[in-house]
Amino acid sequence: MSSKAVATLLGTLAIASYSGMGMAAADPYQLNFTPPASGIASQIYDQHIMLLWICLAIFIGVFGVMLYSLLNHRKSKGYKAANFHHSTTVEIIWTVIPFIILIAMAYPATKTVIAMKDTSNPDITVKVTGYQWQWGYDYLVGEGAGISFISRTTTTLDQRNNKAPKDEFYMLRADKPLVVPVGKRVRVLITANDVIHAWWVPAFGVKQDAIPGFIRDAWFQADRVGTFVGQCTELCGKDHGFMPIVVEVMEPAQYTQWVAQQKAQSAAAVVDVNKVFTLDELKATGEKVYAGNCAACHQANGQGIPGTFVALDGSKVATGPKAEHINIVVNGGKAGSAMAAFKHLSDVEIAAVVTYERNAWSNMTGDVVQPSEINAFRK
Amino acid sequence: MAAVHDDHAHGHGHGHEHGHDDHAHGPPKGMMRWLTTTNHKDIGTMYLWFSFSMFLVGGMMAFGIRAELFQPGMQLMTPEFFNSLTTNHGLIMVFGAIMPAFVGFANWQVPMMIGAPDMAFARMNNWSFWLLPPAALLLVAAFFVPGGAGAGGWTFYPPLSVQMGMGMDMMIFAVHILGASSIMGSINIITTILNMRAPGMTLMKMPLFVWTWLITAYLLVLVMPVLAGTVTMLLTDRHFGTNFFNAAGGGDPIMFQHIFWFFGHPEVYIMILPAFGIVSEILPTFSRKPLFGYSSMVYATASIAILSCIVWAHHMFTVGMPVTAQLFFMYATMLIAVPTGVKVFNWTATMWQGSMSFETPMLFAIGFIFLFTIGGFSGVVCAVIPVDIQVQETYYVIAHFHYVLVSGSLFALFGGVYYWLPKWTGHMYDESLGRLHFWLSMVFFNVTFFVQHFLGLAGMPRRVPDYALQFADFNMISSIGAFGFGLSQLVFLAAVVKCIRGGKKAEAKPWDGATTLEWDLPSPAPYHSWVTPPVVK
Ligand code: HEM
Ligand SMILES: [Cu+2]
Ligand SMILES: [Cu+2]
Repeated sequence: MSSKAVATLLGTLAIASYSGMGMAAADPYQLNFTPPASGIASQIYDQHIMLLWICLAIFIGVFGVMLYSLLNHRKSKGYKAANFHHSTTVEIIWTVIPFIILIAMAYPATKTVIAMKDTSNPDITVKVTGYQWQWGYDYLVGEGAGISFISRTTTTLDQRNNKAPKDEFYMLRADKPLVVPVGKRVRVLITANDVIHAWWVPAFGVKQDAIPGFIRDAWFQADRVGTFVGQCTELCGKDHGFMPIVVEVMEPAQYTQWVAQQKAQSAAAVVDVNKVFTLDELKATGEKVYAGNCAACHQANGQGIPGTFVALDGSKVATGPKAEHINIVVNGGKAGSAMAAFKHLSDVEIAAVVTYERNAWSNMTGDVVQPSEINAFRK
Repeated sequence: MAAVHDDHAHGHGHGHEHGHDDHAHGPPKGMMRWLTTTNHKDIGTMYLWFSFSMFLVGGMMAFGIRAELFQPGMQLMTPEFFNSLTTNHGLIMVFGAIMPAFVGFANWQVPMMIGAPDMAFARMNNWSFWLLPPAALLLVAAFFVPGGAGAGGWTFYPPLSVQMGMGMDMMIFAVHILGASSIMGSINIITTILNMRAPGMTLMKMPLFVWTWLITAYLLVLVMPVLAGTVTMLLTDRHFGTNFFNAAGGGDPIMFQHIFWFFGHPEVYIMILPAFGIVSEILPTFSRKPLFGYSSMVYATASIAILSCIVWAHHMFTVGMPVTAQLFFMYATMLIAVPTGVKVFNWTATMWQGSMSFETPMLFAIGFIFLFTIGGFSGVVCAVIPVDIQVQETYYVIAHFHYVLVSGSLFALFGGVYYWLPKWTGHMYDESLGRLHFWLSMVFFNVTFFVQHFLGLAGMPRRVPDYALQFADFNMISSIGAFGFGLSQLVFLAAVVKCIRGGKKAEAKPWDGATTLEWDLPSPAPYHSWVTPPVVK
C-alpha cells in the first residue's frame, strides 16, 4: 500500500473517531488530543495518529523478535549460543529503512509547518499580551478594531484552597473570553509584559510563546462555533497554573452584535480625565482593581507573603509620598523585582487602586488620588 | 576478549575492610581515608553514595510534587513552593543523581576495564569529587533563605529567573561548581582512556562502556563551559545591570534559551551514552554471545554525539523561529533516531540466538531497551513540529523524558550496580531482592509515567500545581505509581547494603559470559589493581 493510501485510510479512521466526540463535557479518560476545530489542528491530529501507527508497527516488529528470542533462546532451555557478531548487509538495511520512514513522517509535517507559519491576509488581527497572571486582548485591525480588555480566570482562591466547590469549568474559564467569528482568518500578535508566557489553544493547533519586548505571530481559523480552552504553557511564576485562555467562536452576525455591544460599553465607560471622584467611589472601584491585579501577591489582607511579597498594610510606599506610590504601580519595581508595571490599567483604575491601598487595612492616610493626577504623571 | 595475568593481584585483599598492607598500598583509616584518597575505587564509591543520597533528596521532592497533585486543588503547599520543588527536583536529579553516578561508574570501571592502575590525575580526581558536597549544600540550603529556593524551572529561563530571590544565586553558584567538577572529571577520563590502556588494547578493542564514556567526556568538556557562561550572564543580569536577556536593555530572553539548550541537548546524551555502554556490557554477558555490531555501535555513539550538538532548538519550537530554522531543527532531530535505532537493533541481534539467563542486571538491561525505546518513539513524536506544538510544555514531554531518563539512564545504572557489585564488594547480591527491586520498579514506573502521555495529549500543562477536574483520575494514578516507585528504591538500598555486609563469596568471574578485563581481577578487586598492566591479545 502506498504511503498516501495509508495516510488516507488512517485519516478516515481518525476523522471517524473524532467526529463522534462532539462537544461533550471533558472526558476524564481522554486519551488523545482535544477534538480539532481548525484545519491545522486536524492536520496535526492526523499526523499524530499516523506517527502512532508507524511507532506501533516498529514496536511490534522489534519486540516481536525480541520476545521470540526471550522465550526460546534461553540457557534454561539448553539453547546453545550462536557466535555471529556482525553482518554488514543487515546493518545497512536497518540504517536505511528508518531513514526512509523518517522522510515519510517529515513530508506532511513540513507542509503543515509552512502553512502554520503563513500569517498573511488575516481578516482580523488581535494583539495578545501575557501579564503575570492574566491575558490582555487588543483588537487592532478588522471588524472590532479598537476593542481592548483584560481576561482573567474565574476560578476563585476559595475554590483553589478547597473552601468552595469546584465545577467542570474549574481553572478553565475566564471572565472575558477572546471573541472571534467562525471561518475568519484571525492573526494573533503575541507578546508579554513581564516574563515569558505561552498562548495555547489546542483545538486550533496554536501555541506561541509570549516574549516580553518581542512580538511573535500565529494564526487560526476556527471551523465551528463554541468555546475553546487552553492554558498558559510557559512557567511564568506562582500563578502560572491559573491563567486560562478562553476563545468564544461565534457566527459572524452574532460577532457583529458583540462588537457593537463592546463599542457601546466602552463609549459609556470613557470618562473625562478631569472628573473628580469622592474617596468612597475610588475606594469601591479600587477594591475591585486590587482583587483582580494585586491580591495574587500582596494578598487581600494587604499582608503579602513574608520573604516573597512585601506587605502593603503599613508599608512605607503606601503611606508615604503619593508620587512614589503612583510610580511603582505604573512602572513596576526596580529592575528584577517581581512587581510588574501596571501601565496597561486605565487612569481611573490606577487612581482608584492607589487610593484604595492608601486607605485600606490600617493605612489611614485619607489621601484621594484623582485620575487627572495619573494622567499628568504619565506625561 | 583478552588473556591476561595480574601478577600483583592481592588475592586476599578485602581492600575496604582491612586496609591490609599499610604503608605501600593500604588506605589510611577513618575519615581521613575518604578526605585525602586518590584511589579511583574509593573515589568511585564516594561518587556512588553521593549520587544515591541526592537521588533520595530529589526523590523526596518528587514525593512532594506528586502529593500536591494527588487531587485537584491546593492541599499541601503554596504554588511558589511547588515551583521550587519542580525546579530543584529536576536540577538535583540531573546534576546530583544521574551525572555523578555515571562518573562513579567511570572511576570504578574504566581503569579496571582498560588495564590501568588508577586514573591519570589522581589528585584532581579527589578534588572533582569533593566539589560536589558544597554544591549540594548550596542547592538544599537555598530552601531556607528568604524568598526560598529558585522556582523558575531547572532551565533557568529569564526574565522569570531574574525575578527570584537569593535562592537563585545559590542555584547558579551550585551549577558553576558542579560544572567545574564535571569538566575536571571528564579531562581525567579522557586522559586515562587515551594514555593508560594496557598494551595491545587498541581503541577498537576497548569495551563499549569505555567508548561511550570517552565520547561523553568530550561532550562534557564541550558544553559545560557553555552552561557556566550562560548562567554567569544571568547572574550579571540579576545584579550588575547587564541586560543580556532583557529586551528593554537591548538584550533578548530567547538568546538565553539558545545558549542553554546548546548545552542542554548534548546534556541529555551525556546522561544516556554511558547508559548505552553499561547495557552493551550486560547484554552480551547474559546472552553468552558477543555484542552484535561492535563497530557500528561505536560509530552510532559518535554520530549521536555529533548530531546532538545541532538539534538544540527542538526544545524551542514554540518560541517563534523562522520557518527555515524550524525545519532544519526538525530534520536534524529526526536524524538522531537513525543511530538510536541502530543501537536498539544491535542489542536485539545480540540477544538473538544467545543462551540467555535472567539475573537482575539482565532484567534491568531488557527493561531498559523496552522502555527506552518507548521514550525514543515519543521523542520522534516530539520532533515532528506540528505535533510538538501541541505537546510542548505539557505532561507528554514529562512522560517522554522520564522514559529516557528513569527507565533509560537510571535502569541502566541499576543494572550496572548489580552487574559489578560482586567485583566491588566480593559478595554476590541477593538475587531475589534484586528481582523484586526490578519488578516493583518496572510496574510502578509505568503506572506513574504512562498515563502522563494521556494527560499531556488531553492538554494538561507541565509545571502547574493544580489542574482541571478532567485530569483528576490519571493524576491520582500517577501519584500512586510515584509513591510506589519511590518506596521500591528502599529495596535497592537493602540489596546493596546486604551485599556490602556479606553474602555468598563472589568468584573472580561470577558471570560465565563476561569477557572484559575487570573479571580477571580477584573479587573484591584489590585496592590497587593492574599495577603491572595485562597484555591484551
Ligand atoms: C530518539 C531520540 C530522541 C528524540 C528524537 C528526542 C526529542 C526530543 C524533543 C523534540 C524534545 C522537546 C520536546 C518539547 O519540549 O516539546 C525532547 C525533550 C527532552 N528530551 Fe528527548 N529525544 C530523544 C531522546 C532523549 C534522550 C535519550 C534523553 C535523555 C536521556 C532525552 C531527554 C529529554 C529531556 C530531559 C527533555 C525535556 C527537557 C525539558 O524541557 O525540561 N531525550 N526530546
Ligand atoms: Cu504561565
Ligand atoms: Cu533535546
